[in-house]
Amino acid sequence: MSTQSTPPKAVSGPLNFLDDRLGSTTFFRRNMKKVFPDHWSFMLGEIALYSFVILLLTGTFLTLWFQPSMHEVVYEGSYTKLRGVVMSEAYASTLHISFDVRGGLLMRQIHHWAAILFMCAIAAHMLRVFFTGAYRKPRELNWLIGIGLFTLGMVEGLFGYSLPDDLLSGTGLRITQGVAEAIPVVGTYIYMFLFGGEFPHGTHGEIIPRLFTLHVLLIPGVILALITAHMMIMWHQKHTQMPGPGRTNDNVVGYPFYPVFMAKTGAYFLFTFGVIALLATFAQINPIWMYGPYDPGAISAGSQPDWYMGVLEGSLRIMPNWETTAFGHTISWNVLIPALVPLGLVFGGAALWPFLEQWITGDKRHHHLVERPRNAPVRTGVGMAAITFYGLLWLAGANDVIAERFHVSLFATTWFFRFAIFIGPVLAFVVTKRICLGLQRKDAAVMHHGVEAGIIMMSPEGGFSEKHEPPTEEERAVILSKENKSPALRTADDNGIPAPGAKGPLGHLRGRLHRYWTFDDIPVEEHDHEEHAEVDEGARKELTH
Amino acid sequence: MKRFTAWRRRPWAGYAVVLAALAAIGVIYAGLSPRTDRAEAAHSAQAAADLANGRQLYNKNCASCHGPNAEGTKDAEGRPLAPSLIGVGAASVDFQVSTGRMPAMNPGAQVPRKEPIPEFNTNIPTDYHDPKQREKAEKQKAQAEKNLADLRNYIQSLGGGPEVPSAEMVDPDSGDVALGGKLFRTNCAQCHNFVGSGGALTGGKYAPPLSNSDVTPTQIYEAMLTGPQAMPVFNDTTLTPEQKKAIIAYVVKTREEPNPGGNGLGRIGPVAEGLTGWLVGLSMMVLAAMWLTAKKPKKLKKS
Amino acid sequence: MSDNTGSNEPMESGDAVRKEQSPKRKVGTPAQGGRLLATDESEPAPQGAGAKLDEAAAKRAERVVAALFLLAALASVGFIAAYVWSGTQGPDGMHGIDDARASNYALGACMTVAMLAMAVGVTIWVRRLMTSKQIVQQRGELPSGEATRAEFEAAFMEGAEDSGITKRPLLRRTLLLAAAPLGLAPLVLLRDLGPLPEKRLRHTFWGEAVKQAKAQGKQGVRLVVDGTNRPLRVSDFATPGSMITVVPEGIDKSPHAMNEIAKAVTILINVPAEKFKPVKGRENWHVNGIVAYSKICTHVGCPAALYEQTTHHILCPCHQSTFDATDGAKVIFGPAARPLPQLPLSVDNEGYLIATGDFPEPVGPSFWERG
Repeated sequence: MSTQSTPPKAVSGPLNFLDDRLGSTTFFRRNMKKVFPDHWSFMLGEIALYSFVILLLTGTFLTLWFQPSMHEVVYEGSYTKLRGVVMSEAYASTLHISFDVRGGLLMRQIHHWAAILFMCAIAAHMLRVFFTGAYRKPRELNWLIGIGLFTLGMVEGLFGYSLPDDLLSGTGLRITQGVAEAIPVVGTYIYMFLFGGEFPHGTHGEIIPRLFTLHVLLIPGVILALITAHMMIMWHQKHTQMPGPGRTNDNVVGYPFYPVFMAKTGAYFLFTFGVIALLATFAQINPIWMYGPYDPGAISAGSQPDWYMGVLEGSLRIMPNWETTAFGHTISWNVLIPALVPLGLVFGGAALWPFLEQWITGDKRHHHLVERPRNAPVRTGVGMAAITFYGLLWLAGANDVIAERFHVSLFATTWFFRFAIFIGPVLAFVVTKRICLGLQRKDAAVMHHGVEAGIIMMSPEGGFSEKHEPPTEEERAVILSKENKSPALRTADDNGIPAPGAKGPLGHLRGRLHRYWTFDDIPVEEHDHEEHAEVDEGARKELTH
Repeated sequence: MKRFTAWRRRPWAGYAVVLAALAAIGVIYAGLSPRTDRAEAAHSAQAAADLANGRQLYNKNCASCHGPNAEGTKDAEGRPLAPSLIGVGAASVDFQVSTGRMPAMNPGAQVPRKEPIPEFNTNIPTDYHDPKQREKAEKQKAQAEKNLADLRNYIQSLGGGPEVPSAEMVDPDSGDVALGGKLFRTNCAQCHNFVGSGGALTGGKYAPPLSNSDVTPTQIYEAMLTGPQAMPVFNDTTLTPEQKKAIIAYVVKTREEPNPGGNGLGRIGPVAEGLTGWLVGLSMMVLAAMWLTAKKPKKLKKS
Repeated sequence: MSDNTGSNEPMESGDAVRKEQSPKRKVGTPAQGGRLLATDESEPAPQGAGAKLDEAAAKRAERVVAALFLLAALASVGFIAAYVWSGTQGPDGMHGIDDARASNYALGACMTVAMLAMAVGVTIWVRRLMTSKQIVQQRGELPSGEATRAEFEAAFMEGAEDSGITKRPLLRRTLLLAAAPLGLAPLVLLRDLGPLPEKRLRHTFWGEAVKQAKAQGKQGVRLVVDGTNRPLRVSDFATPGSMITVVPEGIDKSPHAMNEIAKAVTILINVPAEKFKPVKGRENWHVNGIVAYSKICTHVGCPAALYEQTTHHILCPCHQSTFDATDGAKVIFGPAARPLPQLPLSVDNEGYLIATGDFPEPVGPSFWERG
């Protein structure tokens, strides 16, 4: 900053070359000191970004040997247990990558672990954004892109693990086919068009080549475009920050991009790659040689999809067997409802949520300072309810593993989940909201009479009291970041004309929800007199609880 | 006891047991093989004694549930408590007793595999350094082998049934692994999982894992042949002995096969993988993020 | 992109103020060190870029980082060495499970060490040697402002009027008309993705095979064991509690064998005759309790193959639909709505089990046209 030294020729040369043609140095000068707020939870999204980079690299490596073909061959390769078995070229080439290409197994395992971590990181990142209210205006677009990325990731993952054409992936495709068939009116057409004929080989073994193109070209292209948009929007809007001293809604406090953030994010890329390599070295994933080639008559106990599809699997398992046949047509509620409703609720709800919240609270301001989860009890409660709902369905997708490992009745687990997915989220909402309000009360108490110091004082009269000390500046800043009661809904504008939407059943609903959002809010305020008294005669402070 | 368990879990322990058993049978057989009329007479006398021993063992360990004549028992409402053993054959007895399932201890959804009772425990270690101790163990083991054989023969004598397969019939090394894999995935994997790690059945029952080395090839053969508990029967005319040997070869070779990609995570598929991704992968990444963004250590700065 | 017009003022609060206190302290817990009162004195924090570090400590950190980078370099070299070594494992390169295992450990461990050593090195570097402090930037308004918007709107309308699209509705409408078919064309292109369903889902190879067999004067098609192609005599399958997967004889020679097997695969079960309750109208579809059901689950099509001979349940391991083998495979639990279709069985002159017809209804999952 203060030094006058000039950069070496190796740097200034290319920079000037670019600048002469693009005027790029203006951009670099403006952005090299761009501030990035520092918090561990702000790095969750980066895991997803870097996992995606790793996926692209390893995926490209795998395509150099993988044969996306269902043409049947007799295996004569180096995995002795399958010699002489008829299998598709896709499966045979995956065996070849695993056992005959040096580093092939490692790359396969890195690719799969990176996919698992990619989805874990997106989910964790979305939860962080949700619980801190970081999706609020002006960041709704990035929130929607994030939901799009998660759903695309699910499809990409499903197609990816279907490619090797092993027993497990074929089972996944079989279920995909069954779900496609259940779609009313056009189901069988979608099934036939997807597979190019009947499951699994179609007319000429169409499904694997088609999934391959979607998996390596179309979907990654869309994901890449969305990630780029996500990053550009983030860069342009600047990252949100946690409340703290000196941090306001109008500034951004943190480390400059160059050199600190750059080094940190670089290190984090290396961590991501390192952890995935560690998993790929010491934890075996998707051992397709043990699953065997796909055989429509075979099935394994514990046939499960990867974790991010587990929700669908769980909802399919616990659904009662409803089916209607009328006027010569069949509707399979037992497939349609679990395939559409739970994910529709979670992702549709998540997509609508920022707008719903704006509508309820009437808050159209820009938010750059994130909100502590306790200060939005309804939001936090809804989030926990959604996690509970999703988590229970996820567990239901593994109910056979649960039944087997803990020796409980399989049907009992199904019945448990059938009820739990309704009761669990409600309980989670109520409990979370209570906890949030309790934490608000605690904040109010801290602002009111300080932090318990753990020191018992004896007064000259012989009474005992605990020493309280005022919160530190950082604690104060964090606690006081709470907005007490959001502004009341405007029922009329400045001229006295009733605001549209304030009337009618919808308007009433909105008013009611607005009240519910804040009615039990605990005001957290600064108590000036307390603080001065504290400094002067802190010893007099009474033990209040 | 600890050491004993440790030995028992060694990968070669199963084979050692089988070999020892074979040797013992061979010795007994050689000792009993009829050569002369006198030997024959001695043999039949010996056979009668063995049968009597078998009957005695039956009365002591089995009759309380299966009835004095192995006809099975029913409770007051006529529901069967224990099945009739007439016609179940020696294979069934060998499977149930050598896996420790019988005599059953307490009724539950399923009778679990356990250590056989001492009288029938052919898995005891005999590789003691102390010759006296070894001799004693070998003797005990030989007695257990004999007890098991006598009990088998007694039940076989009641009504015939599937016989215990010979060692050659269950030799994993001579089976067609590729065919075995196909048959296993079509007929066995739905319950026992793709490599025999086990799986859930209804009502708290489960398909036991075949992945431990104490599940011997003979026991696998006998299980297919007799269909113990909830397991269906695959008799020798449905799946021929050669095909059964192929399945045994697949199971044994697969469980002996190392995991080339690291830890096998229980070989139960994506559930364990997802759990590992969250608990290990994401946790490590979060720890790294916390370290990267933690407040700088101040002791490094000049004060 | 954005412009950071905000000042890069050094930030004195935050870190600086907290320095005096224990950084681990949480709200609600007593401060460490027995300090009673908060101090307001802010630390003069010399931590801006180029600030003085404790040189000895910095040197130590530098050495640690350098050592880690060296380790990473070594590990990368080790990776290359492991790659070369993997190729020398077998006579002609890396082949088979043991080679792959050794190679995976060697390559993966080197890669892990290289990545993590560098990651840790950079982390220590940034934490111990970089002295940049937190800075503050102003955010600036995101929206462009009323004036800009008005200017844009005026320019937009000017352009629109200039183009004449507002004044000449004929142009506008015909342009739309020209564009509409363009949107439909790609959809049409997708038509040849696959054949129409027609009646494909309504019959299986059993029907075809029975027809062929009857044309040859036989009574039906033999059941063969899936995987071994062995036909089964009734006496072969006489043990109660037996189960096996069967397909129609000759299915492996059919043109789309895999597709045909995916529909025709069937489980054959020997239900004890005294437990067996034949469905009305299907009294002669079984042979002494030997009964055949489609293996394709009526829920979403997994092979429903898990048969418990004690309870006579057939369970699908995918979503746990449970069917009763003694009672026409009727559903007793789980998400499947319909029983597994039953195959009519009989015995031919040589005592072999045969199918005398196709499944009476479509196998597998329900679909709209199924009725």
